[in-house]
Amino acid sequence: MEEKIAGGAEENLAGGAREENIIELVDLTRIFEDGVAAVDKVNLKVKKGQFVTFLGPSGCGKTTTLRMIAGFDKPTSGKILLNGKDISALPPHKRPVNTVFQRYALFPHLNVYDNVAFGLKLKRQKVTYERTDGRRFSKIEKLGKAEIAEKVNRALKIVDLEGFERRSVSTLSGGQQQRVAIARAIVNEPQILLLDEPLGALDLKMRKDMQLELKEMHKKLGITFIYVTHDQEEALTMSDTIVVMKDGEIQQEGTPLDIYNEPANAFVADFIGESNIFSGTMTGKRRVRFLNKTFDCVDDFEKNEKVDVVVRPEDVVFAEEGQGMVDGKIVSSIFKGVHYEMVCMIGKTEVVAQDTIERKVGEKVGIVIRPEDIHIMAKEFTVNRYEGYITKHITVAFGDGEFACDVTQLYENSTLDEEGYLVTASGEKIDLTDTDVEVEVGLKDIELVDVDTPEQEGGAAGNIVSIIYKGDHYQVIVRTDENEEDYVCDTEYTWNENDRVSVIIRPEAIKLKRKEEGKR
Amino acid sequence: MTKKILSWAFIALVLAFVYAPIVVLIIFSFTDATILGQWGGFSLDLFKRLFTVPEMRKMIVNTIVLALLAGVISTVLGTLGAMGIFYAKKGWGKVLQGASNINVINAEIVIAVSLALVSSIFVFNMTYYSLLIGHVAFCTPFVVLSVIPKLKQMDPSLYEAALDLGASPAKALFKVVLPEILPGIVSGFLLALTLSLDDYIITSFTKPAEFDTISTYVYNAVKNTAKSELPAFRALAAVIFLIIVIVVVVLNVRAAGKNKQIAKMEKGKK
Repeated sequence: MEEKIAGGAEENLAGGAREENIIELVDLTRIFEDGVAAVDKVNLKVKKGQFVTFLGPSGCGKTTTLRMIAGFDKPTSGKILLNGKDISALPPHKRPVNTVFQRYALFPHLNVYDNVAFGLKLKRQKVTYERTDGRRFSKIEKLGKAEIAEKVNRALKIVDLEGFERRSVSTLSGGQQQRVAIARAIVNEPQILLLDEPLGALDLKMRKDMQLELKEMHKKLGITFIYVTHDQEEALTMSDTIVVMKDGEIQQEGTPLDIYNEPANAFVADFIGESNIFSGTMTGKRRVRFLNKTFDCVDDFEKNEKVDVVVRPEDVVFAEEGQGMVDGKIVSSIFKGVHYEMVCMIGKTEVVAQDTIERKVGEKVGIVIRPEDIHIMAKEFTVNRYEGYITKHITVAFGDGEFACDVTQLYENSTLDEEGYLVTASGEKIDLTDTDVEVEVGLKDIELVDVDTPEQEGGAAGNIVSIIYKGDHYQVIVRTDENEEDYVCDTEYTWNENDRVSVIIRPEAIKLKRKEEGKR
Repeated sequence: MTKKILSWAFIALVLAFVYAPIVVLIIFSFTDATILGQWGGFSLDLFKRLFTVPEMRKMIVNTIVLALLAGVISTVLGTLGAMGIFYAKKGWGKVLQGASNINVINAEIVIAVSLALVSSIFVFNMTYYSLLIGHVAFCTPFVVLSVIPKLKQMDPSLYEAALDLGASPAKALFKVVLPEILPGIVSGFLLALTLSLDDYIITSFTKPAEFDTISTYVYNAVKNTAKSELPAFRALAAVIFLIIVIVVVVLNVRAAGKNKQIAKMEKGKK
């Protein structure tokens, strides 16, 4: 007689069985048809059993990365290694991963049980039999009905949906549909569970409950979770590892604590939690100058290096006037439930602070920041940003200078009439004088000329304070005299430090944006 | 008050205008007088003739078989076509759908003449093949038209979800995509069926000489009054009308029942 001796679980892709990294992305790149690189040379190693979250704003490439792991999108170049084996050419139905979709994607024509059983009914496994004469042979078999029922019931129990088997999915609430979607994925016992913003459609309270439940589920199942979200709080709550992405590139990878306390750059600091980001300069060993004051800190950078300084609002401690490191004045205070969020003006700089004790608006206070709460990051120059305003000559004043510019970019489809009024697309006339604007100028759009050449109209003048050679060009920083405004520019020409120069910017290279009300 | 009476009167008038001819026809199907409008006493003879005269029987069967064949073939082609259009690259999809829609708007006589021309070039005009091909060609765009909206309504991640759960692309198509767009396919099939059933122009241009469907037969009968079976069509019209009324009522009752069920479930949820 034939005797069934083993089920077919050994079929798993066991390339490097002892390999700890379950999934490895190698130079993974996806360029869309329109030439945009959604994912740009991403390298990542995910350890078995981890809860990894891709976090980033929309369009940062996190979902595209997930879709490539699932197999729905083909990488333009690069590799995806699963247990050390390249799976980038494998179609989605042959990958041992399962996905929980953003809008659940439950099959509307099937009830809850059949939705969950969908994957199991398609599964074929190798079963080895032994004949009475001792010879073994294998057959590819479907799963038995009883086995499927047992697995489905177990999965429904995990997601807390026992008794819903016969319900039509269209009669379930959002949260229940979400649970069915999770059950449908985990019932297949995937090596990796991919979750694409699965809680996005739920209301706040439901979302919080599901976050904890998912985390609990991850512990119980012991499989690798790869989670995609734009919600930083969600990422901090659930993950073992957070991968922060922007513009298709990984900005930082680390534990929630690392990411929060030691952000790698200003983007990460700004995206994760709330933060004050100041421009500072290192003045000595573990000494940094910002807010017109030198602070002790714990990070070590080169002396005189320009840095970004991050201070979390909850780390700004108020003291009585004169007893802190710097003095300021409270200009706003908002009750946020547990704490007050207060803005303190120090000179011309705003500092946001959170405290459970309210300081009244107008009150003068001192501020204390502990050295370990000051996080210093290397400054990355990508673009020059200024705050400016439009003058009555329809030019823009910023950075101690006045520049000709194209003001029609402030309103879509607007034109300028002879009298200097801006006419919007709807025909409204606007006097732009004194409009506050945000100004952006690319590093390559700034031209430097010798100040001794005949005086140019407008522009700004200053001294060159820094020149860094960057392989094929120099990065030059020009500082103005009056307010010490910096212009960072990339140039091929050689200058000397302390040279006095004029800054010239073509009108079309000045990008203007209306300053949004109520936004810091 | 007068407003109410007037509005009711108006509705009654419209309904009478639409349904009176049919009602008259049905009434006169219960008499065996050969001239329409004469009452020759109550009789079920016309109904009997409908099912006993071999010529009549053959023509009715012809019509139904042709409609079913054309309906099934054009439903398969139309569904495939709709999927092709939907999943084609952006620009191509639009071009293909436009090309398919031209046949919907185009005058039937143009389609008929061109079909006759093409099939005579390939020497099979006036055969059952040219007739069937004609009907399929003319019904398929309507199927495409009724399937495409269902594809557009479908959540695109359903197909991906099926692949993700281990279904091959073909399995995903049959197990997930087809059930999802089934209502569109069914209504496309019904549309094709009715279009084929009462088509005259294309049929008369492509049919074999000795072959008749209901519409070509009636047309010839009217032209050639010597044909004695003309009165029997009163009975046929009555039967067709009855079937349509039953179908419409059943569909409406079922839809109402479904709505009630959904409303009940929504209530149960709260």
